[in-house]
Amino acid sequence: MDLSFMQATLLTLLGGLPLTLHLTASSILLGGAGALVLALMRTSGIVLLSAPARAYVFVFRGTPLLIQLFMIYYGLGQFRPALQDLGLWSFFRDPYFCAVLAMAMNTAAYSSEIIRGGLASVPPGALEAASACGMRPLMRLRRIVLPLAIRQALPAYGNELVLMAKATSLASTITLMEVTGLAGKMIAQTYRAVEIFACAGLIYLALTLILTRAVLLLEWWLSPRRPRRQPAPPTICTTGEPA
Amino acid sequence: MTATHALPPQAAATRNGTPPWPVEKIAVLDLHKSFGSIEVLKGISFTANQGDVVAILGSSGSGKSTLLRCVNFLETPDAGEIIVCGENVRMRRRRDGRQAPADPAQLTRVRTRASMVFQSFNLWPHMTILENVIEAPVHVQRRPRKDCIEEAEALLDKVGLAAKRHEYPAVLSGGQQQRAAIARALASHPEVLLFDEPTSALDPELVGEVLKVMRALAEEGRTMLVVTHEMGFARHVSTRSLFLHQGRVEEEGASAEMFAHPRTDRFRQFIQRSQS
Ligand SMILES: Nc1ncnc2c1ncn2[C@@H]1O[C@H](COP(=O)(O)OP(=O)(O)OP(=O)(O)O)[C@@H](O)[C@H]1O
Ligand SMILES: [Mg+2]
Repeated sequence: MDLSFMQATLLTLLGGLPLTLHLTASSILLGGAGALVLALMRTSGIVLLSAPARAYVFVFRGTPLLIQLFMIYYGLGQFRPALQDLGLWSFFRDPYFCAVLAMAMNTAAYSSEIIRGGLASVPPGALEAASACGMRPLMRLRRIVLPLAIRQALPAYGNELVLMAKATSLASTITLMEVTGLAGKMIAQTYRAVEIFACAGLIYLALTLILTRAVLLLEWWLSPRRPRRQPAPPTICTTGEPA
Repeated sequence: MTATHALPPQAAATRNGTPPWPVEKIAVLDLHKSFGSIEVLKGISFTANQGDVVAILGSSGSGKSTLLRCVNFLETPDAGEIIVCGENVRMRRRRDGRQAPADPAQLTRVRTRASMVFQSFNLWPHMTILENVIEAPVHVQRRPRKDCIEEAEALLDKVGLAAKRHEYPAVLSGGQQQRAAIARALASHPEVLLFDEPTSALDPELVGEVLKVMRALAEEGRTMLVVTHEMGFARHVSTRSLFLHQGRVEEEGASAEMFAHPRTDRFRQFIQRSQS
């Protein structure tokens, strides 16, 4: 083991970390929003909405992410004139955009199933109580359903986040120089695959560790059993005398 | 129904603002409700005036819960009218032929006026007791949060839960949860309280504490509809009783009179069965 080489490698690879983080964050945010929409479509009870959602999940969960990535980046190149007419070509020519799109669409499919599980776990009585006190559907969703569903879905969703963070390494196959891309390039120059991949792996390991900790923290923070420190309630003085 | 109460002259109003003639809070006219092919409510009519505590009695499956749930539109009636605090809730036909409330704002208004207390409490598990109580006033009625908190503290004090206000429902006993649910129902200043078997999910030793709170509410002169199997409550606390049998009102009247002299055989048997 050549420690100074490892150190240099680590520093070089860390140069790809911002791109890895960008890819992760963008696809998680976009995919999360998509997942919510898909899950709501799926549970709407309206066939016109639930059937497309079901088909979408079937396709995107049933095919490898790498193939989805290639389909978007290389495959859509065949439709260049049409995309140019639509003014979308500048997006689909950009590997960053294609990578985010592929990963977001993929994680939307998986996460929508996770959220659907969370939605199913919401006790019907809680929903009924919300309706009974006059909440309209959107408020019920925002105040009661989503908070409960998200708490339930969080552990499984944390897993999905970790998978997505690691899946960003696939972006290296479409020329993006994130951590894995940089590692590949260094190996081509130095042929020292073991050290370089070990360093890359270390970076992903650290990233995963931080992500799982963050999710745990969020879980703890959202947990209903968390004791609350709140200021003492104001004493109600109806008589005007000190309590 | 309203026509039966001829309005006395305005001068008869008492000093505290409550008129001495009956003020109708709930009127149900020829209510029908089916689930699939089973008709559960077969034309129910009754009224509840301000200050009435109406016990809704009947054997299991007679449609008590369905009736109560129709009053705040958790179930949508198929036919008939429901007038809550003078407001006739407008319905529209959906494309599938069923009815649905036509005006969401009106539905919210009516639901705020008739608060529901459930058999299984149905507190929101992700909120503390205090948060449960202020949820509807703050978010549905949009009243100032500070006022709502003050009022909620007073309500929780009234049901004996002041010390538990920052706890989550999961750590409370059934009786405590139900009392919290009653405080939550009171928080939106309802004109009518609806109870669906509020003590049926409780261990016997916890029933008393909830009944005590309900009795106190009755003594305040609150208008309440109470589906219950607690014969003591029906007989001694409720002012009127409604005995349902197979989706129809079999017998109704003043509770004391009804329990002392049941007119129908079915109600007589029902009382005897529940005593044994
Ligand atoms: N959502 C529903 N779908 C189908 N059938 C229902 C539904 N709700 C109630 N029913 C049926 O309607 C009938 C009356 O039910 P309801 O709950 O009103 O009775 P209940 O008098 O409250 O009885 P209990 O004392 O057991 O609570 C029952 O036969 C029940 O099976
Ligand atoms: Mg019932």
